[in-house]
Amino acid sequence: MRHFVIVGILVIVMAILTYVGLDVAGVATQMHPIQASLQSVSIDWMWNWEIIAIAFLFALIIVPMAYSMIVFRRKKGDTSEGEHFEGNTPLEIVWTVLPLFAVLVLGYMGAYSLGEIRRVDPNAITIKVKAQQFAWTFEYPEYGIVSNELHLPVDQQVVLKMESSDVIHSFWVPEFRVKQDVVPGRVTEYRITPILVGAYKVRCAELCGASHAYMENGVIVDTKADYDAWIAEQQAIAAANQTPEGQGKLLTVKNGCLGCHSIDGTKMTGPTWLGLFGSTVELADGTSVLADEAFISESILDPKAGEVAGFSPTTMPPYTLTEAEIANIIAYIKTLK
Amino acid sequence: MKRFFSTALARGLAWQLIGTLVGAGLVTGLRALMGLSITDKFFFTEPAWVLGAFFGVLFFLAGNGSVTDWFKWARGIDTPEHHADHYSGWEKYLNVSLDHKVIGIQYTVTALALISIGGLFALIFRTELAQSQLQFLTVDMKLFGQNGPQLYNTLMSLHGMIMIVSILLGVAGIMNYVVPLMLGAQDMAFPRLNAFSFWIAVPAAVLLLMSLVLGGFGTGWTGYPPLSARAPVGVQMFFLGVISAGWSSILGALNVIATVIRMRAKGMTAFRMPIFVWAAVATSIIALTATQLIGLSFQLVMFQRLFGMGFFDPAKGGNPVLFQHLFWFYSHPAVYVFILPGLGVISELLPVFARKPLFGYRWIAMSSMGIALVGFLVWAHHMFTSGMNEYLRVPFMYSTLLVAIPTGVKFFSWVATIWKGKLTYPTPMLFVLGGIVVFLLGGLTGPPNAAISVDLHLHDTYFIVGHFHDTIFGGFVFPFFAALYYWFPKATGRRMNETLGKIHFWLMTPSFFVLTFGMMQIGLLGMRRRIVDYDPALGFDSTHLVLTIAGYLIGLSVLIFIYNFFNSIKNGEKAEGNVWNSRSPEWQVPSPMPVHNYDQPFEVVGEPYDYGLPGSKYVEFSSPAKSKHK
Repeated sequence: MRHFVIVGILVIVMAILTYVGLDVAGVATQMHPIQASLQSVSIDWMWNWEIIAIAFLFALIIVPMAYSMIVFRRKKGDTSEGEHFEGNTPLEIVWTVLPLFAVLVLGYMGAYSLGEIRRVDPNAITIKVKAQQFAWTFEYPEYGIVSNELHLPVDQQVVLKMESSDVIHSFWVPEFRVKQDVVPGRVTEYRITPILVGAYKVRCAELCGASHAYMENGVIVDTKADYDAWIAEQQAIAAANQTPEGQGKLLTVKNGCLGCHSIDGTKMTGPTWLGLFGSTVELADGTSVLADEAFISESILDPKAGEVAGFSPTTMPPYTLTEAEIANIIAYIKTLK
Repeated sequence: MKRFFSTALARGLAWQLIGTLVGAGLVTGLRALMGLSITDKFFFTEPAWVLGAFFGVLFFLAGNGSVTDWFKWARGIDTPEHHADHYSGWEKYLNVSLDHKVIGIQYTVTALALISIGGLFALIFRTELAQSQLQFLTVDMKLFGQNGPQLYNTLMSLHGMIMIVSILLGVAGIMNYVVPLMLGAQDMAFPRLNAFSFWIAVPAAVLLLMSLVLGGFGTGWTGYPPLSARAPVGVQMFFLGVISAGWSSILGALNVIATVIRMRAKGMTAFRMPIFVWAAVATSIIALTATQLIGLSFQLVMFQRLFGMGFFDPAKGGNPVLFQHLFWFYSHPAVYVFILPGLGVISELLPVFARKPLFGYRWIAMSSMGIALVGFLVWAHHMFTSGMNEYLRVPFMYSTLLVAIPTGVKFFSWVATIWKGKLTYPTPMLFVLGGIVVFLLGGLTGPPNAAISVDLHLHDTYFIVGHFHDTIFGGFVFPFFAALYYWFPKATGRRMNETLGKIHFWLMTPSFFVLTFGMMQIGLLGMRRRIVDYDPALGFDSTHLVLTIAGYLIGLSVLIFIYNFFNSIKNGEKAEGNVWNSRSPEWQVPSPMPVHNYDQPFEVVGEPYDYGLPGSKYVEFSSPAKSKHK
């Protein structure tokens, strides 16, 4: 009996210490990336209860185990056997039925939390998201804006309608907590209510190829005023960009070209566009070619035709663009000197 | 050297090479006749490589002699029922043997070899991860037709699958060696099928490694399409390797089940079997019935690539999410294939070192069956973010949480087993206790992933990686080492060095805690899994450096183990008696075990774990054997 009392007390002490320790380490009442969405509040609430359950169950097993290992260890010279008891059916029933209740409670809480984070606001703003290797593109259908940076107004539910043009990607902003895969051939939905103004990043969470690690784009939560200003600014840029190079720039954003091709000379998945036009390009087969209209056009329509040395085999899919669109993109590339 | 080249292993490998060339040549010839291209980036075209790889496996098995007896029977030629081994020493293990003990050791040593390769791959990419930015796996480096990040993805994917195959082989090794001995059987029910199951795993491992040099496959071990449908030809070698290893697993499981049903000693009723046998049966039921699904899912992608059948291609009416259902229908139960035998080892060894009966034997036996059953109903918890129907998520959360109940029964029963025992701590017991603690951490970090809303944050992060490594180390790696230290004297008549064993344990265990705690912590903070590089702004550099050091320490501890293992075969301290003072039948006869196991059959006359009950016996030999009865 004495053993049971000591162990009982130690279990309670250990459970509290474990929970407090985990909280000090920053993994109990908060999961560390700051809470930037309404959904993250409910998720962190659920997480905290999970940690409480974990701390208790950890203590419940580890304390009697450690106690036995120390108190019931074989003393020097002792050759006797342990106490002979083979089981205890009521006890087995207790530790089968009680966990069953715990499972039901935890399951109910989990379902409740899921309901919370999926709560629909009929006034939610819809934004279209296009994922492709290795970039995100955001389209605001109401305003005719396309951007590589996602701007969201604070305290307003948005619903992202997400599509992928190649493989599976996953939309994840750690500060928002929620994650949703983007699957080719269907539209998946990501519903979020940002509550904290700030700059975050969407990070692709489903392995999508060689540059998966770098498939990150900015996510900016703005005040209502800043958001409206940004929309107005983008609309102005779109209106001003009626020149071929302006249209070309928009096309590169829309098609996610800049996920692989840098415009500042950085080496990414594909060759940089800085100073590309008019330069001599070494091909993977050892020959060289002048990067003129014909070469760039061919490379867009059929990337395998002229694989550039150091970028072979190419992972770029063929793009079906009209002649006029390609001419605009080339006009834009010409400006990158 | 000449003797090595005449072994079944060397002949098999040579025939696999020939088979590969024949198969590839056949397709290439046909393509030439049809006017299609005959070479590609990796010399042969993809269809040529696929048929070549397939032929390679067949030629390996035909060439090394593991199917010879069946061919003879088909032609009406009799073969002796029991093969005497023609070889001794190391040659016995590199040739085809029908003895379950030899096959068990073949499995185990192959598993250790694959663990070493998989661990080496892990250390390579762990080194790259020690710092943010790319250090040596850069975009400019080229190896096997891959640049640094592509090679990272291949190594990371291969680490996963090679470890999985090594675990399957390790599980088969322990089951093969121990189950017939525990049952009092002379061998497995189907000795030739048993040899076949082992030998098909060898060309499977070769195929997996071939994928590395044929452009790799940066898809993760999960091989989700459409990514796997676009990967280099290496992915086909990966698929065929997994399918071949799957055959090994299915047939091995069939053999275990048949052996347990048919070949138990007199008096050994179901609830008087050693508890490990229950675990072996539960594991085998899963392996026998679920493995087909991973083979099927990979085969469909293979056909999509070869023949343009768009099973998972939305442009052709296919559905990428369907693949995930098929894949996880095996791959979730598979983790129970990995851990149930390990949990069986824990239940088997605890009473021996606590000198007390196993607490709640029937409950533990039934909990293994319960885990196996519930394991079939939880697969979609890997897909909470996948875009499958939203309402499916809640029932899968409940079914997943249910796993906690039979698992809890095991933990509580283990604690009750050591309560008021007389505990001693030789190396096997250390690994048993370490396994319980590590598996407890793995088990407790599971429910947060089951709660859907929390999983939406945790999914595909390092939290999952840490959780998974905890379950597998606690459920397989620690008990596997315990089993090797424990049954090593039975196989060799010598014991492994205790001091080195304790160094192994005390080096590996703390390093492993640091590794998985660190993983889980940065996972919560936003570290995604399967990335070659991470944003320096996240501030993970110092943690990753610690993780890398911990990884190297684990590697070092395993090296010490491997040295101890091979050194002790020749130089270990002699241990021919009942070294652990166990009641199990295999320890009632001298070590190493005779070729045909027990000279006299035994009868079960009592309970297996009645330690501390004076005058009780588990088994009685029909006439006095040369044994050391306790």
